[in-house]
Amino acid sequence: MRKKHVHMYLMLIPVVILFTGLVFYPFIEGIRISLTNWNGYSRTYSYVGMTNYISLLNSRLFKVALRNTFIYGFGCTFIQQVVGLAYALFVNLRFRGRNLVRLIIYLPSMIAGIIMGYMMYGLFEYNRGALNDIVRWLGGQRVLWLEDGNRAVFIIVLINAFQFVGVSMLIYLAGLQNIPAQIMEAARLDGCGSWQLFAHVVLPLLIPAITSSTIINLIGGLRLFDLIQALTSGGPGIATHSIATSINYLHFWSENAGGAAAAGVVLFVIIFIVSATTNTLFRRKEVEF
Amino acid sequence: MRWGKRLLVFLTSLLIIALHMIPIYITVVASFKDIRDFSSKWVLPQKLVLDNFRMAIHDGGFYTALVNTGLITALSILIVVIVGSMTGYVLARLDNAVTRGVLLATLGVMMVPSISLVVPLYRTLLLINGINTYWAVILLCATYQLPLGIFIYTNFIRTVPVALDEAAEIDGCSQFGTYLRVILPQLGPVTASVMILSGVKIYNEYVFALYFLQSADRRMITTYVSSFFHEVSYINQASAAALLGALPIIVVYLVLQKWFIAGAMDSAVK
Repeated sequence: MRKKHVHMYLMLIPVVILFTGLVFYPFIEGIRISLTNWNGYSRTYSYVGMTNYISLLNSRLFKVALRNTFIYGFGCTFIQQVVGLAYALFVNLRFRGRNLVRLIIYLPSMIAGIIMGYMMYGLFEYNRGALNDIVRWLGGQRVLWLEDGNRAVFIIVLINAFQFVGVSMLIYLAGLQNIPAQIMEAARLDGCGSWQLFAHVVLPLLIPAITSSTIINLIGGLRLFDLIQALTSGGPGIATHSIATSINYLHFWSENAGGAAAAGVVLFVIIFIVSATTNTLFRRKEVEF
Repeated sequence: MRWGKRLLVFLTSLLIIALHMIPIYITVVASFKDIRDFSSKWVLPQKLVLDNFRMAIHDGGFYTALVNTGLITALSILIVVIVGSMTGYVLARLDNAVTRGVLLATLGVMMVPSISLVVPLYRTLLLINGINTYWAVILLCATYQLPLGIFIYTNFIRTVPVALDEAAEIDGCSQFGTYLRVILPQLGPVTASVMILSGVKIYNEYVFALYFLQSADRRMITTYVSSFFHEVSYINQASAAALLGALPIIVVYLVLQKWFIAGAMDSAVK
């Protein structure tokens, strides 16, 4: 450390204090609590080793939550990439009103997940839900959209993807606008059709955008909490729980803070592994122009 | 464009707009309907009823929540901007073991879901007497939004010529003075992006509000709307509360739309 940079290091103190005090220390504390039988409020508790992790891995709640967490994470991410890219290509066309279309697609991501959940409840509710009104107008029987576990998981994926597809769209739009016009021109002069142009020129150049969009969406989907809380609270039964909602469930309803802390550690490990893997996979495919 | 293609583009636009307006549309319709009006949520109300909104704000809980959320959001954004730009400056100018460590830590914090730490955070806040206090939640919101701010500032400051720093140094500026007088004044547009991106997240914060601001007079918008949903049995009143909760941010979004769109596109280009 050279003395001339003393001021520079002093400027790092606030961030080091905040990260240490409110993320890293609690993180270590979380690992410690996950090894105890603490119930969340009492003064005493004792160390129980890996018991919380073992009973977590053996519980039905965790198995369902683990499966759903991956469905939420990868399902939303997949839909958001495909639809987001399609939207970006569309609003990148020159036409009047394209700014309005961008504005409306991005609008739902302004709304809190919990509020979006309540809004969507009015659509998917059984008795007077707007979707079941359409089903009945068409002469069908009302459908249990949210009261059937597997269907509810699927609907939660759709809603979360719908809400945040605008984020992916704007990331892809930024990527598309970064592609130099000469490259497109050159490819066209070489006789590229529009499909070839997309598959062999546009898509490879979009890899950085694909990487950041995918990772942002994966992290968002794997930690999904408030939307589920608003729509189903993990029900019917435990069918729509994610690891995030089961942390809340274990902590508040089962007074099992040790188990909740253990689930927290597992959730972090999953997100860390998935995003690190995705990053390395995509970085290898990057091309330069 | 040929007119056939133009028509296709027009119809596609209409379809997309209609699809994305559905949740807001049915919420607006439901919130203006009398609670005895059992017509479908697709059908507009015959007369506009404001009772649901009156119900949603009658005990003043909504105003309290709005003020709390505004206060928490404003102060958290302030911390993100100050600490984020300072850190970004150092990370952009120095490349050594210390700054690489901070960069790695920032990346790590970005990946930690706050919900996974609620149990130990509760104990941490007990330790510093932060349970049910605004300042603790402000610090939490700021800390978990900092990574995004740090990345945006670092990337931007890398494009500011180092020659400016050197000139300031020759003129006798300390490094902190350089940050304050040379770098900070250039950060206007990128600060707008940081404020918007972190502001939306903090306004919509649910986990910290749910766990660490539990008393009724300390609720944020999200926890207020949520508690209202559990207390009332009429979906029309609940819809009015949901709409009121989302309205402030939607208005700000529509007014500052150019900045919001530009900010979202900024965040992507790494």
